[in-house]
Amino acid sequence: MKHTNGGDSRLLEIDGLKVHFRTDDGWVRAVDGVDIGIGRGETVCVVGESGCGKTVTAMTVMKLIAMPPGKIVAGQIRWQGRDLVPLDAEGMRAIRAKEIGIVFQEPMTSLNPVYTVGEQIAESLRLHEGLSKRAAIERAVEMLKLVHIPNPQRRVHDYPHQFSGGMRQRVMIAMALACGPKLLIADEPTTALDVTIQAQILDLLNEMKDRLGMAVMLITHAMGVVAETAQRVVVMYAGKVVEEAPVIELFGNPRHPYTQGLIRSIPRLDLAAVKKERLEAIPGTVPSLLNPPPGCRFAARCRYAMAQCTEAEPPLREVAPGHKVACVL
Amino acid sequence: MTQYVIRRLLIAIPSLLGISVILFTVLALAPGDPFEELATNPAIPPEVRLQLRASLGLDDPIHVRYIAWLTSMLRGEWGYSFVSRINVDQLILQRLPTTLIVIGTSQVVALLIALPVGVLAATRPYSLFDKIANTLAFIGFSLPTFFTGLLFILFFSIYLDWLPFVYRTQIEATGWRWFWEQVKQTIMPVMVLGLFQGAAWTRFVRSAVLDVIRLDYVTTARSKGLPERTVITKHVVRNALIPVVTLVALQMPVVFGGAIVTEQIFRVPGIGSLLITAILSNDTPVIMAVTFVFACLVVFFNLLADVIYGWLDPRISYR
Amino acid sequence: MPRKRVSPWGEAWRRFRKHRLAVASAVVLSVIILAVLLGPLVWRVPIDEIDFSVRLEGPSWAHPLGTDDLGQDLLARMLYGGRISLAVGFAAMLVAVLLGTLVGSVAGIASGRVDAFLMWLTDLFLSLPELPLLLLVIYLFRDTLRSLVGAELGVFILIVSVIGGFRWMPVARLVRAQFFSLREKEFVEAARALGASTPRLVVRHILPNALGPVIVAATIDIAAAIIAESTLSFLGLGFPPDIPTWGRLLFDAKDNLDFAPHWALFPGLAIFLTVLTINFVGDGLRDALDPRRVV
Repeated sequence: MKHTNGGDSRLLEIDGLKVHFRTDDGWVRAVDGVDIGIGRGETVCVVGESGCGKTVTAMTVMKLIAMPPGKIVAGQIRWQGRDLVPLDAEGMRAIRAKEIGIVFQEPMTSLNPVYTVGEQIAESLRLHEGLSKRAAIERAVEMLKLVHIPNPQRRVHDYPHQFSGGMRQRVMIAMALACGPKLLIADEPTTALDVTIQAQILDLLNEMKDRLGMAVMLITHAMGVVAETAQRVVVMYAGKVVEEAPVIELFGNPRHPYTQGLIRSIPRLDLAAVKKERLEAIPGTVPSLLNPPPGCRFAARCRYAMAQCTEAEPPLREVAPGHKVACVL
Repeated sequence: MTQYVIRRLLIAIPSLLGISVILFTVLALAPGDPFEELATNPAIPPEVRLQLRASLGLDDPIHVRYIAWLTSMLRGEWGYSFVSRINVDQLILQRLPTTLIVIGTSQVVALLIALPVGVLAATRPYSLFDKIANTLAFIGFSLPTFFTGLLFILFFSIYLDWLPFVYRTQIEATGWRWFWEQVKQTIMPVMVLGLFQGAAWTRFVRSAVLDVIRLDYVTTARSKGLPERTVITKHVVRNALIPVVTLVALQMPVVFGGAIVTEQIFRVPGIGSLLITAILSNDTPVIMAVTFVFACLVVFFNLLADVIYGWLDPRISYR
Repeated sequence: MPRKRVSPWGEAWRRFRKHRLAVASAVVLSVIILAVLLGPLVWRVPIDEIDFSVRLEGPSWAHPLGTDDLGQDLLARMLYGGRISLAVGFAAMLVAVLLGTLVGSVAGIASGRVDAFLMWLTDLFLSLPELPLLLLVIYLFRDTLRSLVGAELGVFILIVSVIGGFRWMPVARLVRAQFFSLREKEFVEAARALGASTPRLVVRHILPNALGPVIVAATIDIAAAIIAESTLSFLGLGFPPDIPTWGRLLFDAKDNLDFAPHWALFPGLAIFLTVLTINFVGDGLRDALDPRRVV
């Protein structure tokens, strides 16, 4: 066993991960050198615009991306010290749901319409815990109760179309947590929901974390969500990590111009009312990942860009304890 | 579910009525008297002919005639076959089981081909297997049943001399021997129909599976750590079957058309060959009755497809 | 990188070309069509020259596709019969497309109750047992039409209209669907706001948008109509014996399979090849014109 020494060891370490996709026009470098570490019981938010590679990173951890066209070009994904990249399908299946649970963005389409929610929760329980059908359904009822679905005894036999979007997302969370995973990956779990429901689902995630103590990797594009849930934040841009810091440090002292832009673009009712300040948007668009420009990928949109920015890629360096940034500033 | 089935039954009634109207209109629009040949048939005396005309109400107004015709059709009073000299309903009841057995078996064959091939092709899109399966499927449903039938006879009966090409009703054998002879003479008609339908369905299955396989809930199923086999059979195929059932139901008229041709080629004594014989010998009551039976069969199979659809898709039956 | 601008038809042609079987099929199909159109001008053997000294002979230089039981030349008969088979296919397709466009447009413009009724009718026709009804109609009307316009034309009109009359439903659905999806689109709204009349809207804006899927459906219809005609003739209920359509040739040949397999094989292959190539061309056209649909 290649276990690293005890308490300090990280649950998940993504190290130099590169995931590229083959298209008609060439290789798209969706994830191009990403390092993310998650400790036991820690909540890490991965934040960035859509298309920055955060979802691909999450799906790659579970090896759920289609290969081909996708390909892990480089890097390691160490789960409790063991690299998942070379792991075969069989080994990967033992990790899914049992060790790492995942919740997707679209609750409306993530549940199979032809099976009851109970059957779908029971499925992984029967597979990983070897429960009988009855026992698995009973556990499913408990899980539904845990995620605050009213009347779980009866609802367990209902089909997904009989639930609202928010309720379905609760079912998804129940399903992902059924086998007691050590890590829950939540891929934009609130994006597809109404604003009022979004807050409820975030509360539920926080509550589940407090109760069950698993680590959470929360993927989002909303800085507001980050502030509410994260302990540590990883900011991604165009397939790369540009900044990583504990949440208070990040909001108090954002170092990367992109992070600064993201924070400034959070709508703030209190300020807007007094100062009539306009919401700032980051100008420009994300560069093509087909042939990314040399140097810093944010340079074209960066207000502080200098000549050296377009020459060489700035490496991720530690500027304060636990605070890393990939910027020359 | 019961409620749903009852609702589908109620919807089937107007379509059956619609079909009967079309049938009757065709009959009523037909120039001349469809019973004309009775006049020239010396075996039937004129008073019988007049009686027949009166009993069929050929001189009443059209809506009265339609209702009279429909009630007698629904009550199974289909008249008397001029050629076979027995009641048409008896004649059809004699022939119908054979047709249903040939069609039923061939559909099972078609399913046994289409499901595995279609699913396998869809899980490896654009692979060599997929390309070969796709090309064979095109060839399969571009080969008209009458030509496949002749090719089968040419190869298996004439060249190899393995299988009989004429279906016999009376087989002088008992027990296993009888069963074996029965199987041997059924193989070719069943395969002709089964391969044709199988080819068409393979494409339905493939495209339905391709549509489902990229949906989110399939990723969810994978994220549970289910083996790929379970993901495909339990989550993909089950859902892909829903649109396939509809397409298969739409194919039923084609299936019956194929059955008529196949029965005619292999001289299978079913209602399809009965229809052709009746047309060639101007046996109008039989023609009308067989067409009506075919129409009822199509409606019945559509109903069956609806029920299967409702069973496969809980969203339908719970509404 | 900006791509070179291409017209929609250029783009369609680019996609069609990628379907290699469709391109090959288009070539083979053109050869077949040219052969039946021009063949009789080149191969001048009469189709009804009876010569018992060469009956049921296999292929030879004098008769490349052999002869039938009356010693008639099969190549000549097939070239001639092919004209009829293909003509029936095209004409029946036209009937189906015209009927379908009409029903679909009326349903699309009228909407409401008329639409509901027409769609019910469409579903009804889709569940009619086509072949038995074809046989019934031909049985009932054959003699009258024959006496009205003559055997050949009578049977032709009957077969074309009946086959077309049973195949309009997919086109009607496509056209109607196009109406409903385009009704709310801006350019139709704009045209309406500019005072375009309904017929003008239909002809100028809506039908052209339905063209792609309809062309695909029409192509498949040709194949289906050719099979339907061959089936009728094969059952001995289509064209009379003196018009040797491919199906009719098979009907005549089927009792001589053991002595003269070539007699059945050549017309059978002709039907198969024509239908197969049309289906492949249809598949290529679907890729080219209607890329969203799969079946």
